[in-house]
Amino acid sequence: MEEGKLSRKDFLRRTGGLLAASIVPMSLVEIACGGRGKGTHEKFTFAFISDPHLTHIKGTNFVRNFDSGLNKAIETVNLMFPRPDFVVFGGDLAQLGKREELDHGMELLSKLKVPVKYVIGEHDYYLDLGNYWQDKISKLNYSFDHKGVHFVVLNSILTYDTWIKRWKTPEERMNEMARLDNPNGSPFMVGDDQITWLKKDLENVKSGTPLVVLSHSPLYKIYKPWNFWTDDAETIQSILSRFDNVTVFHGHVHQVLYNQIKNISFYALMSTAWPWPYPESYTQSPNYIPKMTVFMNRQDPFHERDGTGWAFVNMDNAREEMHYKLWENKDRIVKYDDSAGHPVDSEYQKPESRILPQTHY
Amino acid sequence: MFSQTRSKFLGYIFIIFIFYCTGCDSQKKKEIDLTELTYVPSGILGLPDLPVPKNNPQSADKVSLGAKLYSDKRFSLDGTVSCATCHNPEQAFVDKLKVSKGIKNFTGTRNAPTVLNAAYYKTQFWDGRRKDLEGQSKDPLLNPVEHGLSSHDDLIKIVKADPDYSARFKTVFGVDSDSIHIDHVALAIASFERTIISGNSPFDRYRFGKEEKALSESAIRGLALYMGKARCQDCHTIGETNAIFTDDKFHNLGVGFKRIQPKLEEILQKKAESKTGPTSDEEILTNLESSELGRFAVTGINEDLGAFKTPGLRNIALTSPYMHDGSLASLEQVIDLYDRGGETNPFLSSGIRPLGLTGQEKADLVSFLKSLTSPVLPKMPK
Repeated sequence: MEEGKLSRKDFLRRTGGLLAASIVPMSLVEIACGGRGKGTHEKFTFAFISDPHLTHIKGTNFVRNFDSGLNKAIETVNLMFPRPDFVVFGGDLAQLGKREELDHGMELLSKLKVPVKYVIGEHDYYLDLGNYWQDKISKLNYSFDHKGVHFVVLNSILTYDTWIKRWKTPEERMNEMARLDNPNGSPFMVGDDQITWLKKDLENVKSGTPLVVLSHSPLYKIYKPWNFWTDDAETIQSILSRFDNVTVFHGHVHQVLYNQIKNISFYALMSTAWPWPYPESYTQSPNYIPKMTVFMNRQDPFHERDGTGWAFVNMDNAREEMHYKLWENKDRIVKYDDSAGHPVDSEYQKPESRILPQTHY
Repeated sequence: MFSQTRSKFLGYIFIIFIFYCTGCDSQKKKEIDLTELTYVPSGILGLPDLPVPKNNPQSADKVSLGAKLYSDKRFSLDGTVSCATCHNPEQAFVDKLKVSKGIKNFTGTRNAPTVLNAAYYKTQFWDGRRKDLEGQSKDPLLNPVEHGLSSHDDLIKIVKADPDYSARFKTVFGVDSDSIHIDHVALAIASFERTIISGNSPFDRYRFGKEEKALSESAIRGLALYMGKARCQDCHTIGETNAIFTDDKFHNLGVGFKRIQPKLEEILQKKAESKTGPTSDEEILTNLESSELGRFAVTGINEDLGAFKTPGLRNIALTSPYMHDGSLASLEQVIDLYDRGGETNPFLSSGIRPLGLTGQEKADLVSFLKSLTSPVLPKMPK
């Protein structure tokens, strides 16, 4: 007779790994490194939380929905066993760069039981040009080594001085940068100073060393009106070109997105706040959405958390495996595929096996 | 050295024992596939066709046998508990208690759900740990705080010794007394439970029977709220031509979650390290913390922590108290819970949020819920 119950074997299959990962509204990265095919380094795990966009209303009031997304991420990271070595925060802690928002965000993030590596987003930066962030939270660009992997954090959301000086008040500047489809907008870039720093930082790093670059905007060009774009991306890519394997994780786009450009694999992180639509449906400007990316299905607006979530990556011998864990939705696993030479969705790459856009009613 | 050899030897014996038992079990137990369903018209306004497993078709004799088994108190350790004790046919098939009482007045951790329309659920129990009525009925018999039998054989012995049962099993299943198996019992009880369905409520007459006067003005306003501002419809689904008021999914509303929240880390770490399988039926009903894990106890997926099945709402006015732990005494309290957006916790279902209902709106919703009561409830067959 049908037992209607998982067998112990099924249960273990489903809990194994997921207890280390599946609960987490962020990306969890496990890396066995040493260059492709050369698994000589220690495996380890780190996690991502990104784009919570905490929004101050007044006094001690913040938008509840966005708070609950970040809180869910934090609480679930804390319930990972074994714990990740650290968490990368992918940027856009605040909505309009306000101290209230950054303070509130730091108070929530202080509940994390593992160290945090911070990446700044434009919503954190353009009110005071990153002063409060540098004072209270983190440097804007830095690098570190962890168990054989070289990590580089870039501040990719800088822009032209002439644009910055154009606005009468910091608030005006912040508001202009926070808008999409803004004719007064300005593209993101890493900038010459940081490029000089990056070259110097990588001078003593061997080409066989696995390299992970963390940025807020994608270090390639997707759609300019929304700044899914970094203006000097090609320069950065060429600096990274001598490395055997490079993986870039970026925030900002709030959606499942992956790409391969030469030796570099790119993976976007989910937002804990809301999903952006794919710019493909917007015809004002050309878009360069990676053809290999299988889009997320449409979220059900009844569920505030649908379309948001987390992911984790296993990178075994530098073959990455990104697990997108989507709250109130179906998980996605995107693996680096040797024969294809780029990331491939393990389940949904074939058009006939994709999730219907709307499975509700 | 000696002890090592000895323990190896015992190990072999143990393995042989397991194989032997598995062998005899599968011989004795015919695998019955209940996944293939046939849909029988319910003949009742508002109810969809009734799903019936092809391998357990309904028959009057089987239903009557199931009803007798359902009410037989001998199938409990001290002869005081039958299915009907907690799922009482005189009380809309519930016991009106916060959490149910089994043998020796032992209490469990969960509120007894009604059998009314349980035939329509895609899973059984608050955490869906059984798929069908057949699978469900066997567990309470062995649970130490429910019927408390040490094994299903205790029941089978009684059945075999009872000539009336022997004759009925022969008629229904064509089996001799010696071959009666617990699965036959489960099939009969499930068949009986598939007759415990009810619709034709004032709501059904209004919505599906087009009787405009079947609902009060307040209930009509309540229905509009139900479909809209109060966000009930998204989980307690009303269909186009019928309604069973459930999405057959599991949601965390935060009810009872604070009982485990401070210990979540400890609980999950223990679970991760012990690598045990799904939480047992006994554990769920005897350990309050395990009970509050909800659907997680079945799937091991953290998103399912504290999530419980969406119950149907037919005859809801008759089946208080409410929620999986019976913690809310009235429909007004249930509406208040949803109005304040459930109980905050990290796994709260993201469809649950504060509603901002006015006093009048809450009253209208309660009026609507009261319109889901069927005029006549099914009775035990004679």
